[in-house]
Amino acid sequence: MTETYYDPKDLPRFAEMSEGSPELWDKFIGYYNAVFQEGALSEREKALIALAVASAVQCPYCIDAWTQGALEKGSNLEQMTEAIHVANAIRGGASLAHGVQMKNVLAKVSM
Amino acid sequence: MTEAVRKALPSLHQRNDPLASTDAQKRILGKENGLARFEDRLDRSGLSPLTTTGIEVLQINVGRLCNQTCRHCHVDAGPDRTEIMTMETAEACVRALERTDIPVVDITGGAPELHPTFRYLVAEAKRLGRHVMDRCNLTVLNLRPQADLVDFLSDHEVEVVASLPYYQPRQTDAQRGDGVFEGSIAALRKLNAAGYAQGNGRRLTLVYNPVGAYLPPKQAAIEGDFKRELKRRHDVDIDAVYTITNMPISRFLEFLIRTGNYEGYMRKLIDAYNPAAVAGVMCRTMVSVGWDGTLYDCDFNQMLDLPVTAEAGRHIADFDPAKHVGRRVVTGRHCFGCTAGAGSSCGGVTA
Repeated sequence: MTETYYDPKDLPRFAEMSEGSPELWDKFIGYYNAVFQEGALSEREKALIALAVASAVQCPYCIDAWTQGALEKGSNLEQMTEAIHVANAIRGGASLAHGVQMKNVLAKVSM
Repeated sequence: MTEAVRKALPSLHQRNDPLASTDAQKRILGKENGLARFEDRLDRSGLSPLTTTGIEVLQINVGRLCNQTCRHCHVDAGPDRTEIMTMETAEACVRALERTDIPVVDITGGAPELHPTFRYLVAEAKRLGRHVMDRCNLTVLNLRPQADLVDFLSDHEVEVVASLPYYQPRQTDAQRGDGVFEGSIAALRKLNAAGYAQGNGRRLTLVYNPVGAYLPPKQAAIEGDFKRELKRRHDVDIDAVYTITNMPISRFLEFLIRTGNYEGYMRKLIDAYNPAAVAGVMCRTMVSVGWDGTLYDCDFNQMLDLPVTAEAGRHIADFDPAKHVGRRVVTGRHCFGCTAGAGSSCGGVTA
């Protein structure tokens, strides 16, 4: 079997991160669960944001978890695809916006 | 065969799939593989043994014949199935009803309307003043020999509880067969035209099942989506949506194993075990009658050949309501399907 850094079997082991610092884990997981409760945003909107961010940070565990999470909030393919496009637009837009820095440097060093 | 089911898959039974055997299913569900036992979780939450509180629903499964072959079907129903309730058994159901004041009769299948005892059971249950529910696949209402079915249901004020896994065609057809969404919308329009979901007591409830190996969303949230989107896209009205978790048995079990999702799905169900959902599980207030008159705790146990405890009596002809109060429910690992998250029952969430 090919060895890789990422293994789907590691996702359910996330809670093992409590070992070594259970207090910090409890604080994190309490905060995490509170974040995803219905609030000013619906649970589904939060799940779609989570999916988009998972894609942007390129975390395979998060993409696995939040694809299922979004489905379990009643999302559909169109909504999930649009969420990924939002992440993509911001990532691409961020690169393009940094083009202004290029223009600044270009202006400074050019005659 | 209708246009609506032109690409339906055969049943496990017709495919001679090993999982057509309930023993094979029970062997798979019985394997530990690090998966918790349902009875241990009940014990740990102080809910063991699981017993009935009293019978509020007589669920009658009239047989496995169906015009559809949905991929998640826990009955392995289909056009090839020949298990059909006889009139003698249906009469025994009515005699059992006469001896009790069970308020609700829930008729399921297969497609119950295709079965010869369906209209008799509806008419007799209504004569006895009981509320009747028809577990309807919708496309059956479009079959030519069933042209008068909508009027029959409406005349008898039968609550229609109809399967529709999503308000878009892709998901619906993926689960239920090509063209089923279109046929379902046509059927819903007929029901609306006959007075269903128009505020006059003819109740139309849809059942949402996830189209895959994941849990259902919150019932209230998805009900809002269905009502809004069905009205906006198709001018269809409904009264409610029940969310029902897919049970890891029969054709859904075959899907889970074939796609490598079995263990992940079982862990998901077990991790989401909710003691608060146990109180409202349907087996605590129901007795389920099989096509041959055998009694079960629920339709899922029926499909796993797990009849009620022998002390309660195992045939509708010998039904003694007193023996079903405090009846000990037969459980197994599949029961995690009804206790995950907000719970799942024939009436939707339980917690």
